[in-house]
Amino acid sequence: MRDHRLLTPYLFIAPAVLVMAAGLVYPVVDAFYLSFHDWKIGTPFDKAEYVGWDNYLRMLGDPDVRESIWVTFRFGFWTITIEMALGVALALMLEKPIRGASVFRTIFILPLMISPVVVGLVWRYLFDARVGWINHYLGAWFGLEPQVWLGDPELAFFAIVLTDIWQWTPFIFIIVIAGLQALPSEVLEAARIDGANWWQMIFLVKLPMISSILVIALLMRLIDVFRALEVMYIMTGGGPGRSTELLSLHIYNRAFDAQLLGYASAISVLLIVIVFALSAAILIIGNPMKETSDV
Amino acid sequence: MYEPLGNPWRVTGHYLCLCLLAVICLMPIWVMLATSLKDEITIFQGNPIWFFFVPTLENYEYIFGRGKFDRYLANSVIVGTVSTFLTLFLGGLCAYALARSRFTGRTFVANSTLLVRMVPPAVLAVPAFAMVVAFGITNDLLVLIFFYTALNLPFAIWLLFGFYKQIPVELEEAAIVDGASPLQVFFRVLLPLMKSGYAVAAIFTFRIAWNEFILALLLTGRKTRTLPVAVSGFLTDTGVEWGRIMAMGTLIVIPPLIFTFFAARQIIAGLTAGSVKG
Repeated sequence: MRDHRLLTPYLFIAPAVLVMAAGLVYPVVDAFYLSFHDWKIGTPFDKAEYVGWDNYLRMLGDPDVRESIWVTFRFGFWTITIEMALGVALALMLEKPIRGASVFRTIFILPLMISPVVVGLVWRYLFDARVGWINHYLGAWFGLEPQVWLGDPELAFFAIVLTDIWQWTPFIFIIVIAGLQALPSEVLEAARIDGANWWQMIFLVKLPMISSILVIALLMRLIDVFRALEVMYIMTGGGPGRSTELLSLHIYNRAFDAQLLGYASAISVLLIVIVFALSAAILIIGNPMKETSDV
Repeated sequence: MYEPLGNPWRVTGHYLCLCLLAVICLMPIWVMLATSLKDEITIFQGNPIWFFFVPTLENYEYIFGRGKFDRYLANSVIVGTVSTFLTLFLGGLCAYALARSRFTGRTFVANSTLLVRMVPPAVLAVPAFAMVVAFGITNDLLVLIFFYTALNLPFAIWLLFGFYKQIPVELEEAAIVDGASPLQVFFRVLLPLMKSGYAVAAIFTFRIAWNEFILALLLTGRKTRTLPVAVSGFLTDTGVEWGRIMAMGTLIVIPPLIFTFFAARQIIAGLTAGSVKG
């Protein structure tokens, strides 16, 4: 073993670690630091006043923050429940390898690949009150009056949920189908020989065997819900009222609309705590880089 | 496989389901393309016309002419390619070290890499804005390139780590016995075997940089805008020009569409990398 091998790994990781430290870790720490200040856009930071825990106390009693957290959970509940149910059901139905499967799979990942901004634009057009296609078909097929979809709190919420389901159900589908196809065929064969019926195969054999995949997919989607902002920014801007303002968008609006940078930082800290807790859960379930690490 | 798919009713049902899903996935994308080829009058009549309209390129002429789309396109291409190159270069070195060596702090680096991967862009927004204001460097593409590289590194490292793990370590040991230096091993032995791994990482990295919106909105000015920011600027409260917006949207989704059609298998490998083993 030559000497330089001791130092080499650090030389290899140093540049990447430095960039991540400066571009990701430092901003998170800085958000924490800023959260103790009363800082508004337009004033230099030197003039910002140190206010201790004031921003956090204010946050605890702030009905807008509470509403935004509630909207985020409500959005997460509906989108993830429906996406998981649909994605798993479709994967179970369509898991058998068939001719042409790759063509379909190519089409299914398209919604995942296109820009969230574009997704927001297209669905905003489809939901448009005047020229939108959804109103047209609801009128033509069911005789319904045109709705101002994005101008009504409940309808706007429904619209962003539907958009999210369109974009993200394929993600669950692709992950679950990959998990199902990786199941050892001997186990399935054994269950079959033991007389397991269709329901038992699904609920007592297949789904339990991919349960860690399901949990990880669920946690990843949950994290995404806390990161999401583009689609709502484009479709509704968070409105009407705060009915579609997820936590990430709330932070953005507080920082750059209300111009309260310090206060927005305090809410950022709350967001980062939630997201890191969820990420830690994923790490505990399965860190792909761990196996070799416990020397 | 138990119960072969021989039953013709089952096969037909299977394909019908898949076709229906495919139509649902493709429908909004087709609506966007079709709308981008319609003139303003057709759009504002509000009748959904799927196929039979007189196509026109006037929306595209507008966005490339008065819309200054070419400038924003150039910005997006520069930011996307430079940050992708940097991410792959730095991330590749890091992933290689993590996959191959055992050193103090390895577990810490591996775990924190996965943790910072999840940092929400909204959390970066205020501090990034503060940094830019403090250094007085608004209106510079380098700022975006820097943040996109940082944002993409964790996932790239994670992905490349998996690919390096698949390469038998004996190959490198043989090269070292033959007297190759670590850098020679990396560039001569491993890189040629890692082509597909780097291709997947490049697709995901470029896609994030190409699609990212919120940091670009905050950190760019009139001349440095990227495409997603430029297109959002066309949304006004009064009279949205849908034809032009859809033309911009169509052009924005072209690179991701091309990647998807040429590398669907690799993309699925990347998407499932985190959750499915084996």
